[in-house]
Amino acid sequence: MADLAVRCDDLRKRYGNVVAVDGLSLHVRRGECFGLLGPNGAGKTTTIEILEGLLAPDEGEVEVLGLRWRRDERELRQRLGIQLQETQLPEKLTVHETLRLFRSFYHGGRSVDDLLHAIELGVKRDSRVGKLSGGQKQRLSLACALAGDPDLLFLDEPTTGLDPQSRRQLWHLLDRFRAEGGTILLTTHYMDEAEFLCDRVAVIDQGQVLAQGAPKELIASLGAPKVVVHEGTLEDVFMSLTGRHLRDD
Amino acid sequence: MTTERARGGASRPLVELTLARLREFVREPEAIFWSFVFPIVMTVALAIAFPSSAARTVLVGVADGEGAAAVRAALGQAEGITVRDVSRPEEQRLLREGIVHLIVVPTMPPTYRFDPAREESVLARVVVDDALKRAAGRREPWQAREEPQAVAGSRYIDWFIPGLIGMGIMSNGMWTIAFGIVQARMRKLLKRMVASPMRRWEFLLAQLLARLLFLGPEVLVPLVFAVLVFGMPVQGSAVVIAAVALVGALTFGALGLLLGSRVRTFEAISGLMNLVMLPMWILSGVFFSSANFPDAMQPLIQALPLTALIDALRAVILDGASLAAVGDELGLLAAWGVVPFFVALRIFNWR
Repeated sequence: MADLAVRCDDLRKRYGNVVAVDGLSLHVRRGECFGLLGPNGAGKTTTIEILEGLLAPDEGEVEVLGLRWRRDERELRQRLGIQLQETQLPEKLTVHETLRLFRSFYHGGRSVDDLLHAIELGVKRDSRVGKLSGGQKQRLSLACALAGDPDLLFLDEPTTGLDPQSRRQLWHLLDRFRAEGGTILLTTHYMDEAEFLCDRVAVIDQGQVLAQGAPKELIASLGAPKVVVHEGTLEDVFMSLTGRHLRDD
Repeated sequence: MTTERARGGASRPLVELTLARLREFVREPEAIFWSFVFPIVMTVALAIAFPSSAARTVLVGVADGEGAAAVRAALGQAEGITVRDVSRPEEQRLLREGIVHLIVVPTMPPTYRFDPAREESVLARVVVDDALKRAAGRREPWQAREEPQAVAGSRYIDWFIPGLIGMGIMSNGMWTIAFGIVQARMRKLLKRMVASPMRRWEFLLAQLLARLLFLGPEVLVPLVFAVLVFGMPVQGSAVVIAAVALVGALTFGALGLLLGSRVRTFEAISGLMNLVMLPMWILSGVFFSSANFPDAMQPLIQALPLTALIDALRAVILDGASLAAVGDELGLLAAWGVVPFFVALRIFNWR
C-alpha cells in the first residue's frame, strides 16, 4: 500500500513488568493529519518514538514512507521532521543560529530565512532562545523539525503547556504544512486539538487502540448525545469507551 | 558533499556543531573566568606566597626564663632570624598557625620545641642552633663561599607554571566536554539531535574541536603572563609546546567524553570528575614535586596522564626538550586518549 505514510502492525513494548504498548496497529495515509489521543501514560509517546526509530519495539513491524528503520535509517531521517516532547534547545544560541544548526543536517529544504518567516519569528532572529516565550520556543522547535522540508512530521504533544493564543498560532502553522501536502502524526491529550487538526484519530489507552476514525464519526457513533447541555466531543467518546475522563485534572 | 546553497545558508554540519558549542561556551561568563582568569589569580597568589628572591626569614619564639635575654641577644645578632617573646599558654597556637616556627626555652643547654614534620621548623632548628652555638663561642672551621642561584628559570614560579598549564588542560578539557554532554542529555537535546539526520561522530568530534579552539588562549594566557610579569624564560619551541598541549587536550577531552557518556545528572558528573581529577592534582606534581611520594607509589604516579603531560610540558618549556625527547610521555598520553575515546563511543547513551 504505497499511499500509507506510516504502517505498523501488532507493536509491543515492555519496560520490565509494565506493558507500554500492547499489540497496537496503525495505518496513516499520506497527506492526512492523524492523532494519537489518550491520557498520560496511555503509551502514546512510546508508540511515536518507536515510529520515529528512537526506540526498538519488542515485537511488531514498522514501515514509514514505505521504508524500514533497520535498512533505510539515513534516508528516513532526511525525510522526516520530528518534534520531541521535552527538548530544550540551547538557551545561549540565537534563533537564527539554532535554525542554521538544524538546517545544516539536511541535504535539501527551505532556507534558514524562509523558515524564520514561516514561523513568524523574523523579528526574533537574533534573540537568545532562553529569552523566548513558551509559544515562540515551540514554534522554533517546529521550525527545526521542518528544516529538511519533510514528507512526514511527527509531533509529540506539540501544544502542551501553551496559552490558547499560542496554541492557535501553532495549529495554523500545522494547517499550512498540511495544505502543502505534508503528512502529520501527532499525539495529544487535548480533544479540541484533535478535533481541530486531525482527519482521523486513534483513541489509545493502556497501549491499545480502543477506537479509530474521523473525530465526527467517533462522536456520531455514540448515538444520541448523552448529555443535552453540550454537543458531543471526543471526551465523551473516551468516557464511553473507558468509563474514565481523558485528563486526570 | 552538499553545497552551502543546498543547506539553505547553513555551513557544513561539523562547522555548525562546532560553532554552536563555541558560542555556548563564550556566552557563559563563568566558563571564561575559570579557564582564563583563574589561572592568573592562582599564579599571582603563589608568586606572593613563595617569593623567590627574598631570603626566607626564620620565625623564632623565645619562652620566659632566666636566660631569655641572652638568647634574644644571640639570635638578634644572626641574620635571617625574627624573634618574638612567647608565653606558655600561647605556645601551641603560635606553632600551629606558623606564626613561629620554633620555640627556644632558655635552659642550659637550650631546649627547642618544634614539629619535626614541618620543613620550616626543621630549618629553624638548624639556623637557631647554629646561631646560639656561635654566640656561645664555637670556633668556625671555615667560612663557606656562597653562590646564590636564584636565576630566572630555576625558581618555584618557573617550575609551577607548566604544572598550572597542565592542570588547566586537564580540568578544562574534562569539564567542558563532559558537562556539555551531560547538559545536552538532561535537556533531551542529544535525543533530539539523533532524531535528525545528524551523524553521531560529527557531534562528538565537534565537542573536541570546539575544545581545541579554546586551548590556544588557555595555554597562552598563563604562559605570556609569566613571561611578562615574572620574566620566566621559555626554552622550548612554540611548535613543540603546542604539540604537547594538543595531545594533552585530546587525551583529557576523550576522558571527559568517557565520563560523560552515560551520566544524566550534574551531581553524578561532578562526583565522577572529582574522583578522577583529585588524585592527579595531588600526585602528578602540580604544586609540589611528585618525587616527594614514596618509591612504591612511583609506578602508579608515572602512569597517570597528568604526570605525563606535566613532565612533558616542564621538559619542553624549562629545558627546551625536543618532541622526540618527550616521546614516551606523549605515547602514554595518546594511549590514555585513544582507549577512552573508543570505549566512550561504544557505551555512549544518546537518550
